[in-house]
Amino acid sequence: MWKLLRQTGCVGIVTEPPPGSDEALRIADSLQLQIKSIIGRALCIRQIDAGSCNGCELEIHALNNPVYNIEGLGIKFVASPRHADLLLVTGPVSRSMEVALRRTYEATPDPKLVVAIGDCGCTGGIFGENYASTGRVANVIPVNVAVPGCPPSPSRILAGILTAISSPRAITSVSDN
Amino acid sequence: MDQLTYWIEQAKPMPGAPGVCQLEVSVETWQQLARDIAADGGRLLALWVDCEPAMTVRVAFLTKSIVLVLALAVAESSAGYPGLADSFPAAARMQRAAADLCGVRADDFDTRPWLRHAAWPTRYFPLAPERQAFEKTEAVSDEYRFVRVTGDGVHEIPVGPVHAGIIEPGHFRFSIVGEKILKLEERLGYVHKGIEQRFTQMQLLVGHRLAARISGDSAVAYSWAYCQALEGMAQVVIPPRAAWLRALALECERIANHLGDLGALGNDAGLSFGLAQFSRLKELWLRAGEAAFAQRYLLDFIVPGGTGMDPSVNGLSGLVTCAGMVGATASEIRTIYDEHAGVRDRFTGAGIVTPELAARLGLTGLAGRASGQSFDLRVDLPCEPYTSLSVTKVWRSNGDVAARVEVRFDELSESLRLVEQIVQQLPDGHHLVDVAAPAAGTMGTGIIEGWRGAVFIALTAAKDGLIGRCHPHDPSWQNWPVLEHAVIGNIVPDFPLINKSFNLSYSGHDL
Ligand code: SF4
Repeated sequence: MWKLLRQTGCVGIVTEPPPGSDEALRIADSLQLQIKSIIGRALCIRQIDAGSCNGCELEIHALNNPVYNIEGLGIKFVASPRHADLLLVTGPVSRSMEVALRRTYEATPDPKLVVAIGDCGCTGGIFGENYASTGRVANVIPVNVAVPGCPPSPSRILAGILTAISSPRAITSVSDN
Repeated sequence: MDQLTYWIEQAKPMPGAPGVCQLEVSVETWQQLARDIAADGGRLLALWVDCEPAMTVRVAFLTKSIVLVLALAVAESSAGYPGLADSFPAAARMQRAAADLCGVRADDFDTRPWLRHAAWPTRYFPLAPERQAFEKTEAVSDEYRFVRVTGDGVHEIPVGPVHAGIIEPGHFRFSIVGEKILKLEERLGYVHKGIEQRFTQMQLLVGHRLAARISGDSAVAYSWAYCQALEGMAQVVIPPRAAWLRALALECERIANHLGDLGALGNDAGLSFGLAQFSRLKELWLRAGEAAFAQRYLLDFIVPGGTGMDPSVNGLSGLVTCAGMVGATASEIRTIYDEHAGVRDRFTGAGIVTPELAARLGLTGLAGRASGQSFDLRVDLPCEPYTSLSVTKVWRSNGDVAARVEVRFDELSESLRLVEQIVQQLPDGHHLVDVAAPAAGTMGTGIIEGWRGAVFIALTAAKDGLIGRCHPHDPSWQNWPVLEHAVIGNIVPDFPLINKSFNLSYSGHDL
C-alpha cells in the first residue's frame, strides 16, 4: 500500500488544459443543442465501433488517461445508449454493423448528438464503399460533427466532442434566461 | 530421411520473408503432409484460397524451422478439398471464411458461414473473378445456428455485438449454470469491411497503406510484412538503416500495446491505480514516439523500399530517455501488482490454457508463450536486423491470466532494452530506396512477429502494377477458438479479465 501511495504521490496531477471547440469541424447545427445546454455540462457518451481498424479506439481510450482526464471535464463514457447524450462513432460502417448502429441510434434518447471519428467515419476512408462497407457514418445515421484524422489525436477528438455540445446559439440561450 | 524432410527438399523458395518454400501437392500429399507436420509438432500459420489464375487452396505451416506453403489446385468451385481441422483445429474457421469469400468448401463437418453474415447475398463471392455485380440488399440480422447446451438449470447469455465499453464489436454466447461458464461460442465477422477485395483494386506500391489499417494496433507489423513480401517480389534489398528503423518502430508498437494492456488488466482486476499509471506511461511513450516519428501511431511509417521518414537524432535520444523512465516506473508498478493480494487472486488460476491444450489447438504469439509455446519469429526465424539483435525469448507455462501478464512485463523490458540497443547501433545511410512494381504473376510472403504474434501476408502481383491478391492473416485466427476453451469452468464476471489478457483483434480477423 505504501508503494502504491508513493507512486501516486510521485506522479502527482498530470492533466493538461483541454483544447477549445473548433467551428471548422461542424457539419450540421442542431436546435437540440439548445436543450443540451439546459441539461448542463455533464455529458454521457456512448462509443460505437461500427467497423473501424481499432486505431481510432486507441485514441478514444487515451481520453480517459490522466493527461486528458475527460471525466474531469464532466464527460464520461457510459455502457448503454439509453444513458447517452452523444454517440461517438468510428469506422467505415460495416454492413454487418449497420442494423446495430441504427438500433443504437434509435435507443438513444432525444436530444442526441452524433460525432463521427476518423477519416473512415468522415468519408469511409481507405476502405470506401463496397459489398461489406457502407462507407461514412452519415450514410447510416445523421451526424453533427465529423473529426478527420487517421487516427485523429485525442485532443482533436475532444475538440470534436466540445464542438458538438458548445453551439454558440445554445450558449446564448442560457445567458438569455 | 523421413517423408517430411523429403517433401521439404522438393519445395521451391518463395520471395519475401526468409525461410519460406512452396510445394504444389496432390490431394493425397495434402492430407498426408498435414498429418505428418502435426505429428512432428509443426504449427499452422495461415490458410487461404486464391481464385486466380486457377482456384488454389494454400496453407502455410511452420515446421522444421522453415515455413512450408502447400498449394492444392481445386478443380471446380463445387468440388471442395479435404479440410485440415482434424490435424489443425484452427483451420476450421479459416476454411469457412475462404468458402464465404471464394465459394470453395472444405469437406469438414462445420459448414456454417463465418465472415458472411446476412449482409451480402449468398450467391455473391467477393473474391471470385467472375463475381456478379453486387446489388445492395436490405440490411437484416442473420440467423446463426449456435450450438445449444441443454440440461437442468442451464441458460444462455448473449453478449454483443455492441459491447459496454470502448471495444471492437463481436458476439459472445455463454451457456452457464449459476455463474459458471459451461460453454462459450463466439460469433465474429461484424467488422468485415471487404479488405481483401479492396486490395485487388489497389496499386502494389500503395497497398502497404491498407495493410497498416487492417488492425490499427499492429500497423507496423502489417505494413512491414506487406513491404517484405513486395520487396522480395521486386528483388529489392532495403538499406540496413531502413531495416533497423523498422525494427525500432515494431518494438515501439509492442511497448505501446503492452503498456495499454497492463493498465487495462490491472483495472479489470479491480486496481484502477494500474490503469491510471500505465495509461499515463503509454501517453508519454506515444508522445516520445511522435517526437521521433512525427506520428503517435505508426500507420504511415513503413513504405515500400524503407521508411517514410528518418527520425532526428533528438527524436531518437528522446525515445531512449523515455524508455529508461518507462522501464523504471513499470518495474515499480510490477512490484505493486505482485504484492497486491486482490490482483494476485484475480490473476492466478483464471482462464488457464495448459501447454498440452495450447499445443493441440495451436495457440500462438504472446498468449502461446504464456502457455509454454515458446515460438518467437524474432528468434526462431529472424529477418534483418533481428539476426544481429539477439532477442531474449520470454515464456511461461502456467497459461493463466497471471502468466499472460508476466509475459507482457518481461517482453516490455526486453523491448525497451531493444529500443536502446537499436538506437545505439543504428547504421548510417539511406532510409529509402526505389521499388518498381514486380511482374504480373509473381508471388511473395511477409511474416513479422507483431505484439500479438506472427502476422502473415501472401501477396500476388497482377498486371499494370495492380495487386492481384493480398491475403493478410492475424494470429487472432488461431487464438480466438482457444479463448472459448480458456473460459470453461470460470465464472462469467471473470470473462472480461480473461478476454483482455488475450486481447485479440476483431478487425484483423474479420477483414
Ligand atoms: S480513420 Fe484510420 S485509424 Fe480510424 S478506423 Fe479508419 S483507418 Fe483506422
